[in-house]
Amino acid sequence: MSDYLEMMKGVASRMNEGTPHAAALGMKTLSLDRDGAVLFAPYNEKLIGDPETGVIAGGVVTALLDQACGQAVHAAMEEFKVIATLDLRIDYMRPAEPGKDIYAKAFCYKVTRSVAFVRAVAYDADPDDPVAAAQAAFMLNSSGGRRPGANAKTRAAT
Amino acid sequence: MSDLAETVQATLARIPYAQFLGLRIELAGDEMTAILPFGQHLVGNPVLPAIHGGVLGAFMEMTALAQLLVTEGQARQPRVIDVSIEYLRSGRPLTTYARAEIKKVGRRIANVHVEAWQDRRSAPIAALRGHFLVTPTADEG
Repeated sequence: MSDYLEMMKGVASRMNEGTPHAAALGMKTLSLDRDGAVLFAPYNEKLIGDPETGVIAGGVVTALLDQACGQAVHAAMEEFKVIATLDLRIDYMRPAEPGKDIYAKAFCYKVTRSVAFVRAVAYDADPDDPVAAAQAAFMLNSSGGRRPGANAKTRAAT
Repeated sequence: MSDLAETVQATLARIPYAQFLGLRIELAGDEMTAILPFGQHLVGNPVLPAIHGGVLGAFMEMTALAQLLVTEGQARQPRVIDVSIEYLRSGRPLTTYARAEIKKVGRRIANVHVEAWQDRRSAPIAALRGHFLVTPTADEG
């Protein structure tokens, strides 16, 4: 395995822990390599979207898929670049089963100079019986020269 | 607060995930604005800092669902079929607002567009288009 991928594995787990929203959902990266990224989020009653059925909110699946797609982009690159989601399309095939953890498996199938393209599925037991499928595009080197803390200023460049 | 606003607010209060995000709504007549106050637990990029893209998607999804309750009245919570989310600007650590426009409601499917913004309505930070499976109140039973 390349040094970069080895480093990215560490970065990925720090990303999950150091990203407040990922940490709030309990996201963890199970694997990260040239075949993509596999992440999971544990079932949590606080994240129920339909109180009648106990099914987890679609938003949790959305956030997990976004995070998994982003990490798959990092795994497909040769060096670290700041990335940002351009668009994310999600098909919800069926409700997740109440009580089950959610997994997301993402694969970045094309990286160009400025854009990376990713496919992903979210599932609760079997990747071949997905809860949702996603297709996303990411912009590479998206920081546009913005420095850390740029967004915290009263008026950021738009 | 109007009865309608109370009904929708009560529906949101029963959804744990809406509480987790901190989402609430305001109604001016039948025009609804969804409001997501900034919170540390919403951050996806702690360096800038920026709100998680998944949070913005989820927020707009919930806005569409709430708008369907407001406009159509639903026997059951609508189900999301698909969404397409466009990210236009990074979500800064500010309150985010969203409004939904129902483009079409058929007997089973609704098409909804949502736009989210922060300090300037004319500079949206994200947009969503989605299809939802609906169960209008009239069809109940």
